[in-house]
Amino acid sequence: MKDTIAAGMRVVQAGPLAMIEDGGRVGVRHLGVTQSGAADWVSHYWANWLLGNSPDSAALEIVVGGGLTLEVERATRLALVGADLDARLDDEPLVPGTSFAVREGQRLVFRQPCDGLRVYLAFPGGLEAPEVLGSRSTTPREQLGGLHGDGQPLKAGDRLAWRGEPNDERSIPERLLPPMPRPGCRLAMVPGAQIAEFTGSSLYAAFNTDWRVDDRADRMGARLRGPTLQCRLGSMISEGIPLGAVQVPPDGQPIVLLNDRQTIGGYPRLGALTPIAAARLAQCLPGQEVKLVAVSRERAVADYRRMLQNFSDGVPMTR
Amino acid sequence: MRAGIETTAMDVLMIRLFDTIEETNMAWIIAADRALREAFGETLIDLVPSYTTLMLHYDCLELEHREAHRRIREALDDLQPADTQAGKRHEIPVWYDLSVGPELQRVAERAGVTVETVIQRHCDHDYCVFALGFAPGYGFMGLVEEALATPRLETPRHKVAAGSVGIAGRQTAIYPLPSPGGWNILGRTAVPLFEHARRGDPLLKPGDRVRFKAVSRDEFEAQGGDITPLEERP
Repeated sequence: MKDTIAAGMRVVQAGPLAMIEDGGRVGVRHLGVTQSGAADWVSHYWANWLLGNSPDSAALEIVVGGGLTLEVERATRLALVGADLDARLDDEPLVPGTSFAVREGQRLVFRQPCDGLRVYLAFPGGLEAPEVLGSRSTTPREQLGGLHGDGQPLKAGDRLAWRGEPNDERSIPERLLPPMPRPGCRLAMVPGAQIAEFTGSSLYAAFNTDWRVDDRADRMGARLRGPTLQCRLGSMISEGIPLGAVQVPPDGQPIVLLNDRQTIGGYPRLGALTPIAAARLAQCLPGQEVKLVAVSRERAVADYRRMLQNFSDGVPMTR
Repeated sequence: MRAGIETTAMDVLMIRLFDTIEETNMAWIIAADRALREAFGETLIDLVPSYTTLMLHYDCLELEHREAHRRIREALDDLQPADTQAGKRHEIPVWYDLSVGPELQRVAERAGVTVETVIQRHCDHDYCVFALGFAPGYGFMGLVEEALATPRLETPRHKVAAGSVGIAGRQTAIYPLPSPGGWNILGRTAVPLFEHARRGDPLLKPGDRVRFKAVSRDEFEAQGGDITPLEERP
């Protein structure tokens, strides 16, 4: 790593939420520190892939857009993958799933969600930021990570620097572009140990309902609205919570826990979404209809392997 | 050691050692934590011990499910409890005062004793650290004597100050960071729990023992404590 890296982009206007995220904090969950990292890790991975970065490189996770404006101070090539937030480069629309050159003085603006919720903006070699507990990921609640290491999202006046040089242009094969959620979007879930404690009618409802993503959805978790699920267990002794856990508090409305979830908790669970399904849920806007679909652990691992294989198709990459 | 192994996610297993919260669990949980870390080595992604369980996240690209099960069984087969005297003992200075610990009154009323007695009795016990969670470096401790046990506030506070010492049921804990919270707050400590956790080395670890010591406002301030009163209950 170079001692000093010249900044190359300035935040002119901060939108509602834009944060530096990488592959998250690994091996620290026992300290009470959350996983963090890119919520739609599939799009994040592809954004880094487009620039030839290592897949865990720090990129910007931009939520909603809402007027986030960045001014280029040093020419380079960037990549954008994920939601369509009506992003513009000097008023020219940018297509998610591509990389593009930027020149000094140009402005990037992210306006509003047209399809999906989060988009990843990757930089050559990944963004520069201090590593905190092994990661640059921003977790405001824990005051960890981000540009200054204190967990703050981007704010006006911040200057971003990156760690590498632009590569040759790459493109993602059309068939491999991560799709944004559609109505009735299927979320694969591996059933967990407490599933037998739910009543028969609740289990039927769990897998045959068009659940609606509630307004209360963020990087900690997304609440689903639908029929009331009943579990014979009220609450349990707190235990570790995996990514994608579908927990059901006493009000019977499931909450799917995502990257910034607390490390332990005591509500019974139907199971846990697969990592691919968790990434998909992270792209759902409030009101989106989703279905829970039970899959075997074997099937989930096979799908996960295939996804990682997609990343390496054509180009060898170290994981 | 007999343990239940449950599927918790695609690449996560829950290892269930006990059904109830007991201080005696800790020697086994700590021993299992060490044995599992050794058994999984590089294939371990995260291991999260709690009161009665350990959640094990392994690398499913490197390790078959069946092999993960086998390693768990083998690691726990001849398990011996860890030496419970090996845990550290901490004395945590606390400024107990209604301005920074408004629920001193509530706990006292429920127990039918004076505020002074609540303070004295909260300090008069070695608490065991059962688990870390909720926030970086947040240790769930217990057990608070039955008479002082007080349920969570019906409406959590929007913001509990860093260093706040609270009670919920028969548990007690210290908030390392300002955060929303529903525990009954009794006082505040100047010990910088978050700074330790941020370096990856939390002050309180499972199996440690903690004794609270009442200090004066002057001592608390000299230790670097912040005397800003806690916001009223919402």
